[in-house]
Amino acid sequence: MNWISNYVRPKINAIFSKKDTPENLWTKCPSCGMMLFHREVKDSLYVCNGCGHHMQISSTERLLSLFDGGIYSPIETEDVLEDPLQFKDTKKYAERIRETRKITGEKDAMVISMGDIGKLKVTVAVQNFNFMGGSMGMAVGNSIIAGVNNSLKHKTPFVLFSAAGGARMQESILSLMQMPRSIVAIQSLREEKLPYVVVLTNPTTGGVTASYAMLGDVTLAEPNALICFAGPRVIEQTIREKLPEGFQKSEYLLEHGMIDQVIPRDKIKNELIILLHILMKKPRAIRGNIKKAGEEKSSALK
Amino acid sequence: MQHYLEFEKELATLEGKATELRSGNSSSGNPADNREAEKLEKKASNLLKELYNELTPWHKCQIARHPERPHASTYIERLMSEFIPLSGDRKFSEDKAIIGGLARLNDLPLVVIGHEKGNDTKSRIEHNFGMARPEGYRKATRLMEIADRFSLPVITLIDTPGAYPGKGAEERGQAEAIASSIEKCLQIKVPLISVIIGEGGSGGAVALASSNKVIMLEHSIYSVISPEGCASILWKNSDKMREAAEALRLTAKDLSKLGVIDEIISEPIGGAHRNIDEIIPRVGIAIERSLKKYHKQSPEAILEDRRNKFLNIGKLRL
Repeated sequence: MNWISNYVRPKINAIFSKKDTPENLWTKCPSCGMMLFHREVKDSLYVCNGCGHHMQISSTERLLSLFDGGIYSPIETEDVLEDPLQFKDTKKYAERIRETRKITGEKDAMVISMGDIGKLKVTVAVQNFNFMGGSMGMAVGNSIIAGVNNSLKHKTPFVLFSAAGGARMQESILSLMQMPRSIVAIQSLREEKLPYVVVLTNPTTGGVTASYAMLGDVTLAEPNALICFAGPRVIEQTIREKLPEGFQKSEYLLEHGMIDQVIPRDKIKNELIILLHILMKKPRAIRGNIKKAGEEKSSALK
Repeated sequence: MQHYLEFEKELATLEGKATELRSGNSSSGNPADNREAEKLEKKASNLLKELYNELTPWHKCQIARHPERPHASTYIERLMSEFIPLSGDRKFSEDKAIIGGLARLNDLPLVVIGHEKGNDTKSRIEHNFGMARPEGYRKATRLMEIADRFSLPVITLIDTPGAYPGKGAEERGQAEAIASSIEKCLQIKVPLISVIIGEGGSGGAVALASSNKVIMLEHSIYSVISPEGCASILWKNSDKMREAAEALRLTAKDLSKLGVIDEIISEPIGGAHRNIDEIIPRVGIAIERSLKKYHKQSPEAILEDRRNKFLNIGKLRL
């Protein structure tokens, strides 16, 4: 033992050992690998400063960034029958959903809220990919119905942020039935001439894309989001060839006429303000009054 | 040559032997062979009854996919008259995975739309095994619009493994085409009756089955995903399809308990393909009975009935 091992080594260890760095302070960008400081990541709405990659953002943070001053009220949704199929794969569905609720603190995969966006009252639905892959089951159907009913009651536009692997298999046919069920709800918006705007986020696939997510009056998408019906792996297995670069990504869909715009997360609020004011035939919003999403976000979170 | 399913092996042996004896018989005329054949046939018929008395959900999947099961074209041909096929989506192409047109059921004029799987290699390829591309759903949407314009009821015959997962299909908006087809189903103010005659495969099925009444053949299936697909995702093992078929509750009986379907048409012993003459009129009667209910209803009431049906799903337990 000498002074090096006694003195220098612990110091070197302190520099290189992960234990001494609180892990939650840094996030690694899954796309470019850049280390991002947690406060910066929050301020940039979970978009990498290096490469512009859009990471998952929690439903709460999405809502805080969207509503004026981060103020909004949650809208209650009707509870569903718990596990009416008594589904069991390698684990009971009842158990799986109980655990997911405990971990996420959420009731299910979609939350509904109402608040002002650019001083215009808007009902917003956010699908949470962290809750069983955002999958669409009866609860998501109930959320859409509750959101639409709230829109009808308060005569607000309905904005929906989609994110889901598709239908929730553990609810089998009842999840499939949410495709027509959600569309019935959307149709009452159309009949009352209330705008329905969809923002597709990564990923939006399967039965979700093939129902309410593709029926917006206006459809926006975050950059580089996977948006499809059948996933790329399934297609590769079917046609036995490699798919082109960027296939089924937002930009590809824009090129093929499937969506209206690809728009970065920090520009979404502004875009919604302008487009909802036009669709609702409101006088133009004074743009000077609108804070940039980033600014508003940090003030709301403080 | 009769096609036997995996669980019908013993039956195949019995019926095969009987046929052999009978065909040998015609030249030699041996009465002993005849008696033996009769015995075997009786045994086979008992076995058939036994097998079909205790079908598992996985067995039903196999019957629903039986290559000789009557397809949409069979029903159109044998149940309806004056069929005028209508083709194309007017946007890109003609997709033969979905067939349809104008026809009469007895005297009643209507629009019929159905997934068609084909019945030999050539026609199966032509119809893409009943897996539609966006053009198929867009054609269906077009046909429903025609029905609505001329106040003709719509009958859809559901029989598809699912929408086709291909590169072109995705590029041309498979998801949007399905979503719009469902939306059209929920917009038209004429009666819309669906019969699930074979496989009700996920979004590709619901695209045509968002209807006032969903009728299902006894051994048909209707599910959000195939048992094989479900097994490979949830069990991470595609050999667990028996368990998945069980868990998915995809049989007519379970779906009826859940309030997802409205009526079950019982099938001849051994499945619809063993006695097509028997199943065709049964389907006809069920369709006519369902249509009668809407005869005196206003167009608005018919649409309201359909929308409420879907809003109310999810309130029943097994």
